[in-house]
Amino acid sequence: MSVHEQFAEDLALHALEALTGEQRESLERHLHDCADCRRELEKLRGDMALLGLSASGPRPPERSRQRLTDAIARERRQTVAAPTRGWWMAVPWVVAAVLAVAVAFLWRENQEQERSLAGLKSEFQQQRIELERARQIVSTLTATDALRVTLVAAKTPPQPQGKAIYVRERANLIFLASNMPQLPAQKAYELWIIPQAGAPIPAGVFKPDVHGSATVVNPPIPSGVQAKAFAITVEPEAGSPAPTSEPIMLGAGE
Amino acid sequence: MSSAELKGPLSDFSLVTAIRSGDESAMAALYDRYSSLVYSIALRVLGDTGTAEDVLQEVFMQLWRNPGLFDSSRGNVAPWLAVISRNRAIDNLRRRRPETDIDDVVVSVEPDMASDAERAVVIQKVRGALEGMPSPQRAALEMAYFEGLTHTEIAAKTGEPLGTVKTRIRSGLLALRKVFA
Repeated sequence: MSVHEQFAEDLALHALEALTGEQRESLERHLHDCADCRRELEKLRGDMALLGLSASGPRPPERSRQRLTDAIARERRQTVAAPTRGWWMAVPWVVAAVLAVAVAFLWRENQEQERSLAGLKSEFQQQRIELERARQIVSTLTATDALRVTLVAAKTPPQPQGKAIYVRERANLIFLASNMPQLPAQKAYELWIIPQAGAPIPAGVFKPDVHGSATVVNPPIPSGVQAKAFAITVEPEAGSPAPTSEPIMLGAGE
Repeated sequence: MSSAELKGPLSDFSLVTAIRSGDESAMAALYDRYSSLVYSIALRVLGDTGTAEDVLQEVFMQLWRNPGLFDSSRGNVAPWLAVISRNRAIDNLRRRRPETDIDDVVVSVEPDMASDAERAVVIQKVRGALEGMPSPQRAALEMAYFEGLTHTEIAAKTGEPLGTVKTRIRSGLLALRKVFA
């Protein structure tokens, strides 16, 4: 059997349910198509079972058995007892009536579940479409090979420009810059949110590409900050917690 | 008197078949056979008898409510119950929703564990393999299995590189398999 080596360790972690997020999704996509890795996952679970056996020893208290037998008696599945003589004539009719009611009930349940499932499928499909659209937008905004053109009044020389799109409550911020001058070595631009009160909040460090374009998407910022203005300063490459130079660009906010 | 009682000790396959038809005594027989295994694992993970009893009850009730969850064509009940019990106990420990659907859990294991005698031999060999393991490897494996720690959490706890922890976990599991190869 040839397990794909790049997934070998993740398979063990997946068997132990220790894998999360993108790693887990990526492995599950692979497992969907790879029978060898699926078989290896089953064997790793077998290895887990062996490890589980090493804990064998203690027996559960007797009350646990009683608790289980009481519970299964409450959820008894064999409910139709053999009919006794005397009222046999009525039995087929009663059974037929019960079955008819049960069939009608199950049919209705089934219809409702099918409707509910169809609704969920449609909702899921819609969410996939929206997610794909969002992915495309972010991918276009951040693509290194995207052509970025800033349109200005005719016969105006190119000027550095920055556009910040900010949703305060969700702490979402997209910033697009163009025609930015190239920076000295070991320097970068830093974007700041200037709040209505308090010190400027760092909102991403960036370096423009050879065409002077740059993009910052959703930097880690606190939510609910009322932005009086946005500013850009030149800072050391790693960024600064507070501006160390005068803003070279400013834009009024709320 | 039920079929399970009439015919004496039945195979796991026969018990599960009887459970599918609603035979309560078959369920009790399966409990008598495997409750110790399920409870031991849950107790080792949770360290608390009351919660371990809850996991024991939950695992067997799930099988009673939906015996189709266990596909008897894919092996014995013991390893399947061992995996389900460990996963449910870890879910309980970490207070999280179940990570995997039970019917997605397929277990493949070499040694036969259908009888008490076979399980006793397996237990002895596994314990021997664990004792022979380098202690950092055994520790990583037991932290992942019995404490439900992720590789990242183990690396943070032991101060070892993430890659080393991942390798130790996998090679530890494979070392147990090799005992029965």
